Amino acid sequence: MKAIIATTVFGIVMMFAGLMVNNKKSVVTIATLLFIALLGVNIWDLATISSNAPQLLFSNMLRVEHYSLWFNTLMTGCSVLYVLLMGKEIQKVGSHVAEYFALIFFILCGLYILSTYNNLLMLFIGIEILSIPQYILAGSDKRNLKSSEASLKYFLMGAFSTGILLMGIALLYGAARTFNIMDMVSVLHSDALNPLALAGIMFIMIAMSFKVSAAPMHMWTPDVYDGAPTPFTAYMATIVKASAFFAFIRLFQVSFNSLSDHWTLILAIITAATLLVGNVTAVFQQSVKRMLAYSSIAQAGFMLFAVLAINKFAWQGIIIYAVAYSVATIGIFSVLVKLKDYTYDGFNGLAKKEPLLAFTASIFLFSLAGIPLTGGFMAKYYVLLAVVQQGHLLWLVIFGLLMAAISVYYYFRVIIAMYFKTGTPEFTSPVTMGDKVMLVITCILVLLIGILPQLLLNRIIA
Amino acid sequence: MVLLFLILIPLITGIMSFAVKGEGAKALALLSSILTLGVSAYISGANYSAPITYNHDWISILGTQFSLAADGMSSMLCLLTGIVVMVVMISNVNKEVESPGAFYGFLLLSQAGLMGVFLASDALVFYVFWELALIPVYFLCSRWGGEKRIAVTFKFFIYTFVGSLMMLAGLIFLSMQTQGLSSYSWADITRAGAALPPATQQWLFWLIFIAFAIKMPIFPFHTWQPDTYEQSPTPVTIILSALMVKMGLYAVLRWLLPVLPAGVAYWSDTVVVLSVIGIIYASCIAIVQTDMKRLVAYSSIAHMGLMAAVAFSHSNIGMHGIMVQMFNHGINITGMWLIVSMVENRWGTRDMTKLGGMATSAPNMAIAFVIISLASVALPLTNGFVGEFMLFNGLFSGTESNHIVVMVVAGLGIILGAVYTLNMIQKTAYGSTVKMVIAKDLSMNEYVGLAIVIILIIFLGVYPKPLLDLTYNIAGMIVPGH
Repeated sequence: MKAIIATTVFGIVMMFAGLMVNNKKSVVTIATLLFIALLGVNIWDLATISSNAPQLLFSNMLRVEHYSLWFNTLMTGCSVLYVLLMGKEIQKVGSHVAEYFALIFFILCGLYILSTYNNLLMLFIGIEILSIPQYILAGSDKRNLKSSEASLKYFLMGAFSTGILLMGIALLYGAARTFNIMDMVSVLHSDALNPLALAGIMFIMIAMSFKVSAAPMHMWTPDVYDGAPTPFTAYMATIVKASAFFAFIRLFQVSFNSLSDHWTLILAIITAATLLVGNVTAVFQQSVKRMLAYSSIAQAGFMLFAVLAINKFAWQGIIIYAVAYSVATIGIFSVLVKLKDYTYDGFNGLAKKEPLLAFTASIFLFSLAGIPLTGGFMAKYYVLLAVVQQGHLLWLVIFGLLMAAISVYYYFRVIIAMYFKTGTPEFTSPVTMGDKVMLVITCILVLLIGILPQLLLNRIIA
Repeated sequence: MVLLFLILIPLITGIMSFAVKGEGAKALALLSSILTLGVSAYISGANYSAPITYNHDWISILGTQFSLAADGMSSMLCLLTGIVVMVVMISNVNKEVESPGAFYGFLLLSQAGLMGVFLASDALVFYVFWELALIPVYFLCSRWGGEKRIAVTFKFFIYTFVGSLMMLAGLIFLSMQTQGLSSYSWADITRAGAALPPATQQWLFWLIFIAFAIKMPIFPFHTWQPDTYEQSPTPVTIILSALMVKMGLYAVLRWLLPVLPAGVAYWSDTVVVLSVIGIIYASCIAIVQTDMKRLVAYSSIAHMGLMAAVAFSHSNIGMHGIMVQMFNHGINITGMWLIVSMVENRWGTRDMTKLGGMATSAPNMAIAFVIISLASVALPLTNGFVGEFMLFNGLFSGTESNHIVVMVVAGLGIILGAVYTLNMIQKTAYGSTVKMVIAKDLSMNEYVGLAIVIILIIFLGVYPKPLLDLTYNIAGMIVPGH
């Protein structure tokens, strides 16, 4: 796991770069190069691990599996894409550009820990490393009251849920007498059902639901996503969320697998509630940014399917979902961030003025809605497949599909505005050739995941 | 390999068309449609000997292959698609549309989607094309349609999308039951589905059938249809009513009847009753319509209702009749829409109370109109007669409990059909006063378009053998237990 070390070093380098380099543009260039280097380190990690023997590190604190490294690499790849698409916009947020990138490096450090933790303490540390930089990023637009509100709200709620997580870990320790998630399996399985363990699992489930913004623990999401500066919302809603999901699945698939009878139903209800709240509320939004916040709740509902499915499809499912969702969401946010007006009307007539922007945005929205031949379809398909395989949750699958149909309503409203309504959209800055090239590349990625998913799936061995 | 051309020609020319400015798009689209028709005619011809298949590896990890197969039914529908799209392109030659590149591009893309649906022999490929055929049509209606187009098309899209998603869940469930737990090939799905216990088939039936029922549409699921037909530009209305509704019926024949025989047996009475209600209901509404486009839209529900009823009455001759009638209905309704759009272009209204006297001002058009209408009410020696005769024969020899009553009630639909169709002719083509004063008879391209339709109507009415032969084998394959 050279990546954990690399990302920490890069984060510190970025902080010093803030002192040495005054030109914002050079800071972004340095950051971009470091992100690409980080991707290289991840690939190096991936190349040096054997695909069937997990590697134990730091006195059994981390357990590095092949698919964890795939997740790391893909999420780092998405981060590179994010920096390339959003770098210019991050400059505009405030004056501490270097720090923003440093914080994103630290978030990635949390991500790497969360995808490989072997110990509940590492889960806790990973969650904290992932969350604290986000509290700062959410409030980075200091002059904006909404941004400060988002930061405070996120911090208070986040701290509260971390408390619940700790409580759950403590209870679980009481039951299992170990923090190690692998050793826990045999204890939880062999013991007569221990109420402490059950309570612990429930606490952890609730805390994790908070982190992935599942209903009814989703209340913070719309305000935080809406209030935070748009480039950072894009990061929080995608890579960070996917990482929390990966941690969620890791624990529930590995440790609590044998007790699944006791938590599946509750989680299924949480999933249904998340789908309902996310999709139905998104319909009524007037601002596209807020709609995307609710849509991210709705998408979390689909990712929860992967947690529910206790089989080999779950890992592949969450990885392909995380990638497809992240790429498409980063894409649509990078179109949104160029516009002055975030309401649906702000998109009116975009197809006339910037046909390429409108076309790529449509592909991203198709993907989010799950239209075939886009990555989003394959992702949804895969998590549904995982749950159908499970057998007894078919009602949830059908409910989820109905909700997916609702999602078409609000995603297509943007397309209707762009293509069928007239207006002159205003941009914060002119759309350059570089932006367009990046958008087209993102678009090709979305289609590639949809048409040839086996390029990815065949390599992820779970 | 040759099957791939049916999809690739419209797909590639469709994408190219977006880049072409002005008149070039029109020529490209016409050329592409003629080429596609040529390929589909070749496939139909070759089909008398053996079905053609094409296989290519796609996502093997999910058990899905890019596999296409053209038996009699598929190649017949591909031929229909080829003919109808070409007629659309021909009749559009002298019309101006806004941004033609995109318009013809979307038309060709929808053709590619349709071809894919009719050829797919893998359930996931089928699903993908099923959705892909819809999206270009969505854009066509929303951009080039009538006044209320955006809301209406949106409703249409959501409606059909809900159905498709249900179908997807059903197909995933079915593929889980196959050998080795995931295969989407038609043969495996059929084997797995038929082996399921009847109770499972009964609920699975609705999961899959809903999508097809919405597309056809069958009675309570039809509400999107008249509005969408009315608001769409004519070429799109033709694609929708001549081809896309056939997708629904085709899917029933291919992906439902053989797949869930016990479920079908259990629910067929219900579906037949719904279809017959649809026939009578749609016919009655058609009678009181004054808008020609809405009238034809409702008549289409009635015609499709009859075919749906027969599809669920388990008779061999009936199945064969559906094959024939799918083709004939596609041809006839294309002719109908062409005439309606010509009337609207020339006289600026579709309101029959404001029309009259076409026979005096545009006699050729009136003659064509009368022939197409007669075919639509199934007069002997027109193609409609052959199909409808076989359909009623099928209903009569069907196995469900009240097949005689069903036949009689459905037969009422024919009489009602004659009432509204003849009424429409009388009001527009004849009528007491000549209100359609601005006389301009058929232009050259309209001539050609209608001539193709009418030649097919009469040829297949007098000598339906080619069509019957093409679809002979398949009809027996679908009926469960034969």
